[in-house]
Amino acid sequence: MSAIHAIPAVPEKMTWSGGSEPLKASYGKLMMWFFLISDTFTFSALLVTYGMIRFSQNAYVGLPENFHFATTHWPVPDKVFEALPFLSGSYPLFFVGIMTFILIFSSVTMVLAVEAGHRGDRADVEKWMLWTIVGGATFLGSQAWEWGHFIAGPHDLSLAATNLAGEPIVGANLVRNPYGPPAFADLFFFITGFHGTHVFSGVILNIMIFFNTATGMYEKRGHYEMVEKVGLYWHFVDLVWVFVFTFFYLV
Amino acid sequence: MAQQPSQSTEQKVIPPAQTGAIWKTFFILVVLTVIEFIIVAIMPASQMRVAIFAGMTIVKAFFIVGEFMHLKHEVKSLIWMIIVPTIFVAWLLLALMYEGGNLYNPLR
Repeated sequence: MSAIHAIPAVPEKMTWSGGSEPLKASYGKLMMWFFLISDTFTFSALLVTYGMIRFSQNAYVGLPENFHFATTHWPVPDKVFEALPFLSGSYPLFFVGIMTFILIFSSVTMVLAVEAGHRGDRADVEKWMLWTIVGGATFLGSQAWEWGHFIAGPHDLSLAATNLAGEPIVGANLVRNPYGPPAFADLFFFITGFHGTHVFSGVILNIMIFFNTATGMYEKRGHYEMVEKVGLYWHFVDLVWVFVFTFFYLV
Repeated sequence: MAQQPSQSTEQKVIPPAQTGAIWKTFFILVVLTVIEFIIVAIMPASQMRVAIFAGMTIVKAFFIVGEFMHLKHEVKSLIWMIIVPTIFVAWLLLALMYEGGNLYNPLR
């Protein structure tokens, strides 16, 4: 394993111009790590805000089967996110679970692309990068559906959940939110939207990497380190989703 | 691979893929996520459940960062440069969740 990650020796004249590698990680990888730790702070700010507001509001008291939507208490996530495309009925958190698996799987194909890059196997890098792009695009599409459903409500209003007055819950936006306190929808759009923006830029970066691999740029260069750097970013996006999934949907 | 220029592609030997550890990590992540779903289905919401989910999330984060992002195999100082700020952030998250509960009830 260590032989694969060994970095070619730095010429003497490069020592003071960024050639030496103090943490045995190349300049690009180190800077990617520093960017990711700063991005961690940004996402943490959103999650800290969520945690603080969530626990400052009233929680629902009572049996889960008697739960009703009201703006006076925080909604239970598995009552809000329980729809699947093309199907009617209640499937609590199924769709967000499918999205989680898609993102974990695209993380695996990314790490397989990095592994193929270590071996200099251009065809394999191309194959796994394509799968990663497909996974990322599928995730974005799923999130678009989830947003659309959350904003517009179910197609058949007779199947919609109702509040205590018997009025159907027809969806939420930044101004109007019948599911719970106004902050609920605001935080949903902000946190999943900020994460979705990251996935979107990740897909763009993956397409660029795939293009460069396919045109043989990295083979000429002699190494596939760009795949590793973008891979770090892509895994980070997956990691953030693991946290969003837990704190927004499960807790 | 670096010492093999591209003009001699016909004699370039590509070693076989070694993906055992990758699929093992994937399997662990999937199993943990499935267990989370089972817990959502069978266990009513409580402080205990929140603690279980937070713990399982940290385990998943350990595998993603350690194996997929390869941090486990970096030098010690880089590992600590990433972990120490993260610990402070996690503490801030817990502290403000707790304070949030008292935000509108200063006497509770």
